[in-house]
Amino acid sequence: MSVSSTPAATPAFATARNACAGLGFSFEKVDKRFGSLLVLRAVSFSIAPGEAVALLGANGSGKTTLLRLAASLAAPTRGQIQWTGGGASGPELRARIGFAGHSTLLYDELTATENLIFFSRLYGLPAAASRVEEWLAGAGLAARRNDLVRTFSRGMRQRLAIARALIHSPDLLLFDEPSAGLDAQGVNWLARTLHSLRTAGCTVLMSAHAGSPNLEIFTRAIWLAGHVLAGDTGPGGGVAAALRQAENAAPGERGASR
Amino acid sequence: MSAPAQSLQHPSLIAATAFIFARELRAELRTRELLNTTAVFVLMAVVMFSFSLNPTAEESRRFGPGLLWLAFLFAGSLMLQPAFVREMANETLDALRLAPVNPAAILFGKAAANFVFLTAAEWLMLPVFAALFNVPLLSVWGRLTLVLALGTLGFCVTGAMFSAMTAQARMRELLLPLLLLPVQTPVLVVGVGATAALMTEPPELLVTPVKILVGFDVIFLATAWLLFEYLVEE
Repeated sequence: MSVSSTPAATPAFATARNACAGLGFSFEKVDKRFGSLLVLRAVSFSIAPGEAVALLGANGSGKTTLLRLAASLAAPTRGQIQWTGGGASGPELRARIGFAGHSTLLYDELTATENLIFFSRLYGLPAAASRVEEWLAGAGLAARRNDLVRTFSRGMRQRLAIARALIHSPDLLLFDEPSAGLDAQGVNWLARTLHSLRTAGCTVLMSAHAGSPNLEIFTRAIWLAGHVLAGDTGPGGGVAAALRQAENAAPGERGASR
Repeated sequence: MSAPAQSLQHPSLIAATAFIFARELRAELRTRELLNTTAVFVLMAVVMFSFSLNPTAEESRRFGPGLLWLAFLFAGSLMLQPAFVREMANETLDALRLAPVNPAAILFGKAAANFVFLTAAEWLMLPVFAALFNVPLLSVWGRLTLVLALGTLGFCVTGAMFSAMTAQARMRELLLPLLLLPVQTPVLVVGVGATAALMTEPPELLVTPVKILVGFDVIFLATAWLLFEYLVEE
């Protein structure tokens, strides 16, 4: 079978939108514990609608947990999270969030098309079939549209996972190292897609590290160390300098607080 | 331009349940993991009961209903174990929880799919049971279908609920039956009573057990509808 692994142009559904509502949120003294393990302690920050923020920190610093809290997938043990920009809550809030985590959030026993159609239906998207085709073409997976996801390579799964997270045109993108496993073409496709969504006014919070591609899209960086928010460049802050600071600070501040 | 996410019409509870039910059905028909194992299990169980007890006609009528429902109960436990564990592999439960639908649709869709699978296994087993235990079921199949359907629904709804609760726990394979079997005991007791009455001469459909089964189903469907969101909360 011929396989088109080259991502095509960013889907029109992503590029054509020019009125992303943007969805901001704020953490207020948020703690998160899993049993006796303290993962986040008294984390407070705000992200305004339309900001693109890099989330930095060493492995185990709590980045994934923070993203899950922001996605409403987990509840804080203490403190408050409030979403701004329309005052959304419940299903309305969830419909505005695009989340891509460490796992693919895809069904291996379904094909690429079946996965995207299934999630399109759950989001109540009109013209689901054409939207799915466009995203599959955009992700360079058109030739494998009818293949089971379990037969996909790591990079192909990641492209499909990103397409799944974006197919409903979310206002807030929460991505946990989305370029993991992507080849150069996949990274370029992701960069184009993120850039167009940024330009449209979508809010982005994405975990990143020194080797991450697409760092140029960020306008601000925050970083975690020792389970607390250790730094925030503020809007327009230098992400490169923040990366150096985060990576230098992190090793000495590692270790789970129990 | 794509419609903004917040202005879209979100699927109703019934529509979302149907989407999830269809996905479960499609995945199972493709892999046949649950159907094959459950069908083999129930057949083996009824054959082993028959060989080990070698019942007379009178004993078949006395013990047959109990053995039948025990086989269904264990088959249901076997089938319902992976209902939510499968969602952990790629964290697809997160994707379902993020969708703008009533979270109860996740449980209802899975329970409905498991209802279909378990019913299929039951109907595969019934002719074998009737032959091995020499019990005439054909004359009461309509009333037996009603009793089995109500009991199976109770098994599937409670099973899906407890599968969701234990999916992230260590030792979940041991934990689920320990939690589930006591909860399903009323279905077992009442289902056995109703089935036994159908095997007497003349067969009789007892109203009280049917009412209890309906009550059990309604209570757990309502509980799932109200509480499922909190059961899967992190």
